[in-house]
Amino acid sequence: MEKFSTHTGVGVPLRRSNVDTDQIIPAVYLKRVTRTGFEDGLFAAWRGDPSFVLNKPEYAAGSVLVAGPDFGTGSSREHAVWALQNYGFRAVISPRFADIFRGNSGKSGLVAAQVDEKVVQRLWDHLEEFPGATVTVDLETRTVKAGEGPDAIEDSFDIDDYTRWRLLEGLDDVGITLSHEEDIEAFEKTRPTWKPVTIH
Amino acid sequence: MGKTLSEKVWDEHVVRSAEGEPDLLFIDLHLIHEVTSPQAFDGLRLAGRSVRRPDLTLATEDHNVPTVDWDKPIADPVSRTQVETLRKNTEEFGVRSHPLGDVEQGIVHIIGPQLGLTQPGMTIVCGDSHTSTHGAFGAIAFGIGTSEVEHVLATQTLMQARPKTMAVTVTGDLPDGVTAKDLVLTLITQTGTGGGQGYIVEYRGPAIEALSMEGRMTVCNMSIEWGAKAGLIAPDKTTFDYIEGRPEAPKGADWDAAVEHWKSLVTDDDARFDKEIVLDASTMTPFVTWGTNPGQGVQLGGTVPDPAQFEDADERVGAEKALEYMALEAGTPMREVKVDTVFVGSCTNGRIEDLRLAAEIIKGRTVDKDTRLLVVPGSVRVRMQAEDEGLDIIFKEAGAEWRGAGCSMCLGMNPDQLTPGERSASTSNRNFEGRQGKGGRTHLVSVPVAAATAVRGTLSSPADLPELVSTGATDGRA
Repeated sequence: MEKFSTHTGVGVPLRRSNVDTDQIIPAVYLKRVTRTGFEDGLFAAWRGDPSFVLNKPEYAAGSVLVAGPDFGTGSSREHAVWALQNYGFRAVISPRFADIFRGNSGKSGLVAAQVDEKVVQRLWDHLEEFPGATVTVDLETRTVKAGEGPDAIEDSFDIDDYTRWRLLEGLDDVGITLSHEEDIEAFEKTRPTWKPVTIH
Repeated sequence: MGKTLSEKVWDEHVVRSAEGEPDLLFIDLHLIHEVTSPQAFDGLRLAGRSVRRPDLTLATEDHNVPTVDWDKPIADPVSRTQVETLRKNTEEFGVRSHPLGDVEQGIVHIIGPQLGLTQPGMTIVCGDSHTSTHGAFGAIAFGIGTSEVEHVLATQTLMQARPKTMAVTVTGDLPDGVTAKDLVLTLITQTGTGGGQGYIVEYRGPAIEALSMEGRMTVCNMSIEWGAKAGLIAPDKTTFDYIEGRPEAPKGADWDAAVEHWKSLVTDDDARFDKEIVLDASTMTPFVTWGTNPGQGVQLGGTVPDPAQFEDADERVGAEKALEYMALEAGTPMREVKVDTVFVGSCTNGRIEDLRLAAEIIKGRTVDKDTRLLVVPGSVRVRMQAEDEGLDIIFKEAGAEWRGAGCSMCLGMNPDQLTPGERSASTSNRNFEGRQGKGGRTHLVSVPVAAATAVRGTLSSPADLPELVSTGATDGRA
């Protein structure tokens, strides 16, 4: 996984709450067997609407999505994270993420930055007033920043310590776990024999 | 202090625990399907890794498979490639698989319990959010993403931060005609889609204990719809009776040892939950959704809400957008909402008990002339059982379509989709925009409401149907 320390890119204000993973990418786009090419399905139902934020040229090159609460609810499809990444997003900012989406983001290298609802509101206002303005997501200092001068927005975001460390180091989870293989073997020896198996 | 049920099961599976790190949990059963596994197997191949425990892994094809002509090659080449990729992967890595055409094929959350592989006290994961279904047996079961699928394939473990605990206690008895589905839809409307976030939920109390295993699975299935990490129910005699004798259930002395352990899987009297919710089942009625998330629901006897009445600005805007998408006017009685398609099926309500209930209501009646009723059994075994009981004849004589097993219209990935503007009453779990097909409008309902709606053509409960003049006219078993 690619290391992530800090990223500055065009902020995209998505003024919606409860953006579920079916909205991020509908099921009909999940048929690929690769991890790439899912950008064609990103927000598919809304992409036909000229007023949708990503259809406005100022935001088209966006890489930091700013969304309302309960982002990524519903289906566990990691394709939702891939679709955002394939499009060019490096981070999503929201007051609340669904558990599975947040987990998938951490595994795939997309930063899911949880901030106070007021911060999202200020970022939305700022990004709509200055279309194409950038937002910085600094994982080292756990801060989001936008704007300059007295109205500048700077606030901390939440991300669990372990995920932050893995993202900063660009570490592969499977590799970390396999370094504890002796523990897994020891555990396996203690399992009751009546536990079910699929192959006899 | 004692432990809650979920704490007991969690603690039994901790392989490694270290300060500042998530627990490393052992996974007893890993279910896989065609949509969320191909990239995981690719990951293994790239790193030169194998599947650590093929004997704790089971694959089937469900999300993407057709429910007609299942004996022919899949028509859509992209879908076919995905299904064939799973077949190649399971063969290469030595994983047991139940492909389309196999007698054990079906929705992954239907076949685990059906085979007896889902048992109390287990940890069960799958690249599908409705894995929470298996919690009905007193297992910790949750959905994972593809990176985690790869992690489990390679290590048979997962790194997981310990969730908080919540009790949902449901007192009283469900009134006649009110089902587990109504119970869970009522709950989600109270909590909202994020109310369970960060918690493993234990459903308990007399109304939960009175449910059949099928009903318990319906409740646990929808745990994810209010954001919970997992939902589970303490195993009891109902659970043991359901498991005993199934193909993969423990036998003989193993059975006795297993049951003895399973009986210890209850929340201790002096255990404490981080949060508790209490609901009264006796006040519940048939419940349906009006909006575009499962938390936007109302009693069937109610009306489409007025967004202006929501105090929370976010909820108000959400309601406005939902009504616009759903093409509904505030104040319209839910019973007047006309439905084009009724879908009976899915991992929420596609089990034999659900089909029996639907058939009982449909029997001797006909589907409304402007309405389509699609009945999709959750597994091949469910389909065969239904056909043995003549349920298929009842459905077909009423004018319904009787299909093969799979996820079907629940997520609209195979050809079973709504067309833009088409409205459904669906026994599935999600009413998201476009979930059942681009532009489709979904109302989540229970099985009795689905069946009655198919007959009347508007959202209805069986109580709205005229009495049959003579019963038993079409027994279906000739």
